[in-house]
Amino acid sequence: MSAPLLEVENLATHFFTRAGVVRAVDGVSFSVRPGQVVGLVGESGSGKSVTGYSLLGLVDPPGRVVGGSIRFEGQDLVTLPPDRLRTIRGRRISMVFQDATATLNPVLSVGDQMLLAVKAHESISDKAGLALALASLSRVGIPDPASRLNAYPHQLSGGMRQRVAIAIALLHRPALVIADEPTTALDVSVQAQIIHEMRELVRVSGTAVIWITHDLATVSSLADDILVMYAGRVVESGPTRTILREPRHPYTRGLLDSVPSRNPPGVDLPQIPGSTPSLLSLPPGCPFAPRCGFATGLCATMPAVENGEGRTWRCHHPQGIAA
Amino acid sequence: MSVPPILSLDAVSKRFDPRLTLGDRIAAAIGGDVETRAVQAVRDVSLSVAKGETLGLVGESGCGKSTLGRIAAGIMAPTSGAVRLDGEPVIGADGRKHTTRIQTVFQDPFASLNPRITVGDTLAEGPIAHGLVTAGASRAYVAEWLDLVGLDPSYASRYPHQFSGGQRQRIAIARALAMKPDVLVCDEPVASLDVSIQAQIVNLLLKLKRELGLTYLFISHDLGVVRHISERVAIMYLGRIVELGPTLRLYESPEHPYTQALLASVPRLVTSDSDLAEFRPIAGEIPSPLAPPPGCAFHTRCLHAGPRCSAESPALLATRTGRATACHLYTGGVEKAA
Repeated sequence: MSAPLLEVENLATHFFTRAGVVRAVDGVSFSVRPGQVVGLVGESGSGKSVTGYSLLGLVDPPGRVVGGSIRFEGQDLVTLPPDRLRTIRGRRISMVFQDATATLNPVLSVGDQMLLAVKAHESISDKAGLALALASLSRVGIPDPASRLNAYPHQLSGGMRQRVAIAIALLHRPALVIADEPTTALDVSVQAQIIHEMRELVRVSGTAVIWITHDLATVSSLADDILVMYAGRVVESGPTRTILREPRHPYTRGLLDSVPSRNPPGVDLPQIPGSTPSLLSLPPGCPFAPRCGFATGLCATMPAVENGEGRTWRCHHPQGIAA
Repeated sequence: MSVPPILSLDAVSKRFDPRLTLGDRIAAAIGGDVETRAVQAVRDVSLSVAKGETLGLVGESGCGKSTLGRIAAGIMAPTSGAVRLDGEPVIGADGRKHTTRIQTVFQDPFASLNPRITVGDTLAEGPIAHGLVTAGASRAYVAEWLDLVGLDPSYASRYPHQFSGGQRQRIAIARALAMKPDVLVCDEPVASLDVSIQAQIVNLLLKLKRELGLTYLFISHDLGVVRHISERVAIMYLGRIVELGPTLRLYESPEHPYTQALLASVPRLVTSDSDLAEFRPIAGEIPSPLAPPPGCAFHTRCLHAGPRCSAESPALLATRTGRATACHLYTGGVEKAA
């Protein structure tokens, strides 16, 4: 197994709001190997997106990374000065966001904004830069890429816009791409195309990917490993298919049980009661305990991270192993 | 079908004409480049829903499913065709809805609830206006419906911003139910909710149907949820129904090439490395509804398309009992026009 490309340890990102401190990410640790696809799975408020933004220094006030380290290619991104981080962002690590319409500049042609992205990191002629842009567009499966260079974002469909955003992210052949719900806003058939293409790109280029999503089915075929997040913490992590087959954490199990296709049609779905807790008023101990069918008095204390068989879990009552 | 339909759509079409400003009209008159093409959002759709049935309406964005849902609910008048509830027109000659027996639940419970009105007033407004309850008795009436959808009746005095997305969707459902409808049109009711909350709302809809004998027109792009909740499914593509049939049979052996491709595109929850099969995603994208392809609208992306498909639009015809497909493959082949 190769050395990790990215090592996140005890990352904590908090938001200092008037209502109190929101611990959006609270002690998250994981690593990504070169070429590995890691799925970061959770519901809204789980901290999955803030984790991704923290890696690139994209958390705006009142939010701030308050602890932990992010080691990437021998440097700690948390303590790196902003100008040094800028040489990494977009070149060694790039990001794809959910909404490509908001990502792209509406008043610049595709070619012009790709050229800006190239020149941000390389002094290069317009001609050579556009050639790079063209190559990147054809890599992501855009038909007739030369004519797309002159198109404006509003002239493209949602799927094409997201492909352009991915092409921009891949311009400098980064070592790591962070993709935040990149297919959530797209139709099923277009989502299938983009996932198919991403899998090919990763295989060919050896780029590592952190794929942030709420959708277990999407990551199940894409990610080598997954991290399941709840209320700012990783509750379970390990090889994707193993976790989905034999979840240890009751939250993961609850999510899987409630998937309609895993239940006979028409019957009541096994549901997780209640809703995600406010990060301003988390219960002491395990944050999932109030919704958990396995909770006992023990759950009033925070469970430690345990590990074994290449996976981790954070639960006093892990499922599927003898107590 | 043994049960007579409660809701029937007869050859419904809807065209949206672009609204031209004076400037646009002048520009068009002197030969300017002005978009004057109409969008044919729904084309010649006939459907019926039996009492107590859930009909799933599935399609990708721009296929016309929401427009069709609005027409079925009487919120929007069709350009041609008719919607009937127990044989009576839902929209009268004056172009207005004449019944409260069809109600709608929308996708986004953040947009569909008035932020300045308490939940209690939101729920009471319709029933009071239509004489289902007096203002004096409305408090108990509202409490009853809140309780039915799993909310504490004391929430009636709160405002929408005090609730989570799942709770808001419960409120939106309670508001629709307080009108005592027979038919509920649900337009993507779980699409904006978190995964763990989706199951709660699906279960609530199943429970309400059992307890109140409701009929659902369930519109969604989520094939998993539709499979779970519907007895029959209609698949839409560019304004037309391309396949219609009993849910399980349609999912197990889809007939229309679009249905086949759509079902193959749904991400599956893979729990074993040996199930990591490669699949070929459907090629291309949905053409613009401004300029739909001639003949069968799907022929530009269809693996089986032949000359007949670009020349002739296939009708939605019964291929087996209870099953209908709009595809030339099942009516003499794709080569030559019949």
